[in-house]
Amino acid sequence: MTGRSRILVANRGEIAVRIVRACHTAGHEAVAVYSDTDKNARWVRMADEALHIGGSPAAKSYLNTDAILEAAKYAEVDAVHPGYGFLSENAAFARAVTAAGFTFIGPPPEVIELMGDKASARSAATEAGVPVVPGSRPVTDTDDAVRVAEEIGYPILVKAAAGGGGRGIRPVRDATQLTEVFAGARAEAQSAFGDGTAYLERALPRARHVEVQLLADHHGNLVHLFERDCSVQRRRQKLLEEAPAPGLDERTRNELGEAAKRLGEHVGYRNAGTVEFLVDPDGRFYFIEMNTRVQVEHPITEAITGVDLVAEQLRIADGASLSLTQDSARHSGAAVELRINAEDPDNDFLPTPGEITSFEAPGGPGVRLDTALTRGEQISPFYDSLIAKLVCWGADRQQAYARARQALSEFRVEGVANTIPLHRELVDDGELTEGAVHTTWLEERS
Amino acid sequence: MSTMNAQLPGVFYRRPSPEQAPFIEEGGTVEPGQLVALIEVMKTFNEVKADRSGIISKFLLGDGDEVEAGQGIVEVDEA
Repeated sequence: MTGRSRILVANRGEIAVRIVRACHTAGHEAVAVYSDTDKNARWVRMADEALHIGGSPAAKSYLNTDAILEAAKYAEVDAVHPGYGFLSENAAFARAVTAAGFTFIGPPPEVIELMGDKASARSAATEAGVPVVPGSRPVTDTDDAVRVAEEIGYPILVKAAAGGGGRGIRPVRDATQLTEVFAGARAEAQSAFGDGTAYLERALPRARHVEVQLLADHHGNLVHLFERDCSVQRRRQKLLEEAPAPGLDERTRNELGEAAKRLGEHVGYRNAGTVEFLVDPDGRFYFIEMNTRVQVEHPITEAITGVDLVAEQLRIADGASLSLTQDSARHSGAAVELRINAEDPDNDFLPTPGEITSFEAPGGPGVRLDTALTRGEQISPFYDSLIAKLVCWGADRQQAYARARQALSEFRVEGVANTIPLHRELVDDGELTEGAVHTTWLEERS
Repeated sequence: MSTMNAQLPGVFYRRPSPEQAPFIEEGGTVEPGQLVALIEVMKTFNEVKADRSGIISKFLLGDGDEVEAGQGIVEVDEA
């Protein structure tokens, strides 16, 4: 992949639009793929060539490695960009892409594998001198659990080893409660996941979710591009993100960046990736996981640093050096991203597929809207509920939120219930816009 | 004989996960409120529960099939 390349965009929705834009901006050709229902989608219309890869359910199209590789061969592309979600963190997919002779725009498969497994990622962090949430080996009986919990310190979480995505977790405040619930938690894990293995982890009440953006090329250059605060979540799904993290002191900011870089260097990281941490109210931080791909909320980092992260991904995959160094990396102002989802905030966030009957986009200085949708288009039930990402930058946090308020007042999406009304409330909530909130703030709010 | 229809569009599943047995086989008896299938809508799994009692005579969809809102999913011989 040198000079003008052909890049297959193995994704859909707003991130496919984002990647096609980056390809064209850099002078590359973009090849789109689409499922039945996405036939006339925006990224398909924008791309230089578009290939049908299968039925609407993701398993038949965007998760179908063979269909994607067949498209890549047919279109004679040089490289494959996986976007986020779908196959982006699937080591077997990265391997298959490489084996078929294409460049995978992401880290090496071994690194995806290492960071994709909870236990090996945790070990890698420890080896790199990055603090992890105090936790235990698997525990099997109540006496053992109580002993181990004393070492870790309360409050703790009892976690099912086979759980994931926030399922199979029980908070426990002391030894009495642990004695009461441990056997039941194991039995529940056995029935829900077919595996009763449990381990204990220190609970971090009122912690914030802060993540660090990394970029690494193939010439030994690795930089961090500061952090994003993604504490506004419901059911562990991010809803609003900010950069830089509000109220974080400069020392902690640097320590987080350096810790993320140590981990990146230790595992031989390449391309763009994100190291996620929990930061407790005392400023102590703990590694949670690494996302080995471009992140949904990457635009807020672009807004405060002026670095085009997807363009850097393409450069790195092309064998070029990063266009910046740690010393030249700067951040300026503040940015907030609001995720507009087709979910009904008044009805337990139930997904709302359907037709968009009206779509009026906001604009103005510092306002960016990443979306694949417009009026008359269908929001399909087959994929995630993201309609648009509204990103507002300001010279300071107050201006960023003022612009967000204005943009949200202009933004009209009709036909499906969505999260715009909730965001209008959030940007008026001083606890959020003038303070710093923790990961359970939104759920405790109402 | 009556037909239960899907309330939501999405992907239809008869089992909790690919390795597990179906919630109920054809020929099985259902009571109102009993879980018979899942419909995945925008990455969330919504339970399809029986709204009548009877014997499941036939599923009109297979595992992983696309389903439209209002589409028939299962035929029940009402008791």
